[in-house]
Formats: sequence, structure tokens, C-alpha cells
Amino acid sequence: MLNTPGQDAPGQGAPAAAGSGPLAADQEGEAIKAIPLRHPWRVLVAVVLVLMLAVFVLDAAQREDFGWADVGKYVFDKRISQAALVTLQLTVYAMVIAIVLGLLLAIMRLSPNPVVKSVAWLYIWIFRGTPVYVQLVFWGIVSLIYPVLTIGVPFMAPWVSFHNDIFTNLFVTAVIGLALNEAAYMSEIVRAGLLSVDEGQEEASRALAMSWGQTMRFVVVPQAMRIIIPPTGNEVISMLKTTSLVAAIPLSIDLYGVSRGISAVTFTPVPLLIVASLWYLLFTSVLMVGQHFIEKRFARGSGQRKADKQ
Amino acid sequence: MNGTPMVHADRVSKSFGSNRVLKSISLTVNTGEVLCLVGPSGSGKSTFLRCINHLERVDAGRLSVEGQLVGYRQKGEKLYELRPREAAFQRREIGMVFQRFNLFPHLTALENIIQAPMRVKGMSKAKASKRAVELMERVGLGDKAGHYPAHLSGGQQQRVAIARALAMDPKLMLFDEPTSALDPELVGEVLDVMKELASTGMTMIVVTHEMGFAREVADSLVFMDGGVVVESGNPREVLSNPQHGRTKAFLSKVL
Repeated sequence: MLNTPGQDAPGQGAPAAAGSGPLAADQEGEAIKAIPLRHPWRVLVAVVLVLMLAVFVLDAAQREDFGWADVGKYVFDKRISQAALVTLQLTVYAMVIAIVLGLLLAIMRLSPNPVVKSVAWLYIWIFRGTPVYVQLVFWGIVSLIYPVLTIGVPFMAPWVSFHNDIFTNLFVTAVIGLALNEAAYMSEIVRAGLLSVDEGQEEASRALAMSWGQTMRFVVVPQAMRIIIPPTGNEVISMLKTTSLVAAIPLSIDLYGVSRGISAVTFTPVPLLIVASLWYLLFTSVLMVGQHFIEKRFARGSGQRKADKQ
Repeated sequence: MNGTPMVHADRVSKSFGSNRVLKSISLTVNTGEVLCLVGPSGSGKSTFLRCINHLERVDAGRLSVEGQLVGYRQKGEKLYELRPREAAFQRREIGMVFQRFNLFPHLTALENIIQAPMRVKGMSKAKASKRAVELMERVGLGDKAGHYPAHLSGGQQQRVAIARALAMDPKLMLFDEPTSALDPELVGEVLDVMKELASTGMTMIVVTHEMGFAREVADSLVFMDGGVVVESGNPREVLSNPQHGRTKAFLSKVL
């Protein structure tokens, strides 16, 4: 963005070639050699912050309650790493279902059919309007409310009826609970993305005889992705952390659940909280790097960046 | 040339809510003809253009392209609205160029051009690309195939848009104020491409404010105002000797 150095260094060197412009170089003003403005407050604030941080770190390193030896002992414990895998699985499954469901809800909300539109709105209203913790508690006991699931015509003998085993599997319950909540947020993200694409794009596509599906797939959705991807990355990171709430179901095989389980036996809660946090930080850091590259890819042709493929 | 006109409008009307934007428009465009639609903004000329490829629905009258009713199918006395797929099929041979180009910004110029032939006609990528390169050369942009629209000037973008429409081998080209969004010095390059296209016998309907283009290239000129055709005829005659007061008033402002 800045001018490349050397290209314009006024007042430097010999006068430029005559006739290169209306103003010859020797007519330019004297170069400015001012004393730069000093920022004493910036320096002071920085020094104070560094000092405070140093004091905290030195103190924490010696404080017994942090149990650094235990942190080292448990951070690569097999139970912990397996629990971390469960947390990853919860995140991935819940997000995949949420994205698909969210896309469906977003398209429903843009539907010309008022009933379809209202149903989507109602879903989003309920699932965004209640806490995810409360929803997870609800899904944890839903098998008590509906012990038997039936398929058939209401008020007639059911065609099929089976025991509600879906919500007795706590892992499946956790995935469903997290996904249903997240879908409401994802649908708003997808909807904003679809609406951000200029109407002229759809028009041009239709004028080229492309069908609605082709218009969506090849024209609208790829452009909407640029708007959808960054907040979706945030949602993945947020979901990774929200999985710790599955304790409400109660599911206790995830990272936080297992850490808590171990500390309940060893009476060392703080080191295990640190261990769990380290793993969460590792995952979120990796996700943030991944998001950076995905965002770059979807910025193609946006004009903000130079096309890097040429 | 057969007897069926390329476009035939018979008392076509169209309203947006209570606002009647087209009032009983009747006109005919024969194969190989260039028609220029001129008139003040809000006169309905763009809406009429968009009715021809069914981006807008006609409320009354009959509009047909090559003898085929646009957007509807007649069975006995009754009219049936076409399914989206059938409406899309009718658009295959009608190219359209927009005021704001509407190129797909996430695709390169070449990718913009090959989309429809690949997706709609099922052409192979290699074949579509070969044809796209030819079209890019035809509009004078042979070296810009890999550029994204954001890195092209307005005039270049509009020429890519013309190439994109031509890639479907249309029988009819619709231009909706193709030079109105361009810087003055870029207007010429787009008009040159359109002139070349007209000289090859393409049937064209052009909504424009470029009276010079109309005078030079058009076979007929239609002046619209307030949703009606005020005056029409040979462009040189209408432009130099307008009969109607509204035409005179309009031309005195733009010429």
C-alpha cells in the first residue's frame, strides 16, 4: 500500500531528467527532517503490563495449588487424550449436522411459502431464545417423556412402534442436543450470506438459462461462502468449548468431564482444569490457523486482494 | 428469412402492484433487425426488455419469441404458466447484457463464459473453453481470460459479459443500457463490439441513451414514455424529425 522506497525520495540525488514533468526535481521543497513525536504513555503502559505479567507468572510457578507436577503428569494421560478425541468427535458431528440443518432452515426462511417460513422462524426463536445448557438437560430426560416412539396416523393403531433408544445413548443425545441448538445460529449465518449476494447475480444466471439449483450451486452459494465462512469458523471454535456443557445431560466422557472425574478422585482440581484448558487451547489454535487459510481462499476475486493465482 | 418475427408484442401490459409500467405495448422485431428502445428513465423500456426473456411476467397481451409464447403455454383457450425449467429452456437462445454487467465475481473471465454452456448445454470444459477463448478474442480481450472481473475495467467487464451471452449461441440479444454505467471514454469500445455484432446479422434489442449508436446501427427506433410507445420508425427520421411533442422534448435534452 505504501510507496516503494526509492521510487520517491524528494530532494535526494541529482536533479531528475529534464522534461520528465512540469516540475523539475531541483524545484522540489526541502526534505523534512523533524524530530518524531514521542509517546511516553505507550511506553509506560507497556512496561507496567509486562511487569504485572511477570509477577503473576513468577508467583504462579511457585504456588502449590497449581500443581505443575500434576499438570505434567496428566497432560499426556491416555484417559485425557481419549477424552479430547471425544470432544473433537462431538464438535465435528454436531457442526456437520448443524450446518446441513442450518442451510435447510435458511432456505426455508427465504421460501415464498408463509407456513414454511414461519416454521423456520419458530424453530430459530425457540432454539436461540433458550440457553443451550437448559436444552441439553431437556434432551437428557426426553427419553422419560417419550419412552416409546411410534409411526402412524394419529388416534389409530400405530404402524411401527419402538423403544426410544436414541436418547438413552448419551453420546448421541449430546450430538443431537448441540446440533439442534447450533443449527439455529448457523441458519442465521447462512441466510445473511445468501442475502449478501447481489440480486443481479441471480438474474444474470437465470438469463443464461441456468436452473434455480445451478444458480444456487455455481453462482450464489460460492459467493455467499465468503460471508458464511468466517462466522462459521467462530461457531466451530465456540462449539468446541460448548461441548463441555454436555455435563448437563449428563455425559462425562468428554475432555472436561474426564478431567473433572480424575480430579474428583485425586482432589487436585486446579491442575486438571489447566490440563483441560491446554487441550482446548491447542484445538482452538489449530482451528484459528485453518480458518485463516479458508478465509483467504474464499476471498478470491473480491477485489480487496490481488489475485494470487496469476 | 421466414415469416415469423423474432419478437412480437401484442398489446403487452405489466404492473408492479398498482403501478402500470407497461400499457399495451405492441411492436415487432424481425430476424436480423436491430431495435433501439429509447426514452426517459421509468418509461418501462427496461421492464419490457426483461419481459422478453421472462425475468418479469407479462400481465396482459401476448408476447412471443419466434412464434412461441414467452412464459406461458396455450392449450385450447387456456394459458398455463410454464414451470421454471421450461422457462429456463426458452431463455437458452436469448442472450442478455445488463447495465451493471453482473459478471460472476468469484470466477475468472473465462470461467464466467464457460458456465452456461457447461451447465445448461452439457458441453465439455475443453470445448467450452476453446469457444470462450475465441469469443474473448472477438471482443478484443484475448489476453484477459484468466483475469477476475474486479481486475478489469468497466468496458472490459461489459465486453466479457457480451462474450458470456454469446457463448450460448443466442438468436436474440437483449442489451439493457449496456453503456450507462461506464466512464465516457470506455463507452466506445463496448459500442464497437455491439456494432460488429449487428453487422453479423444478430437480432438485437438495445435499451440505450446512445443516440449516435441508434442513428448509425439501428434498423428501427422506438421511443417510450410513461409505459406506452409514443413514436417509432426509422431512427434517422425519428431523431431528426420527431413528430410527437414528448419525443421532441426528450431528444432536445439528450442530443
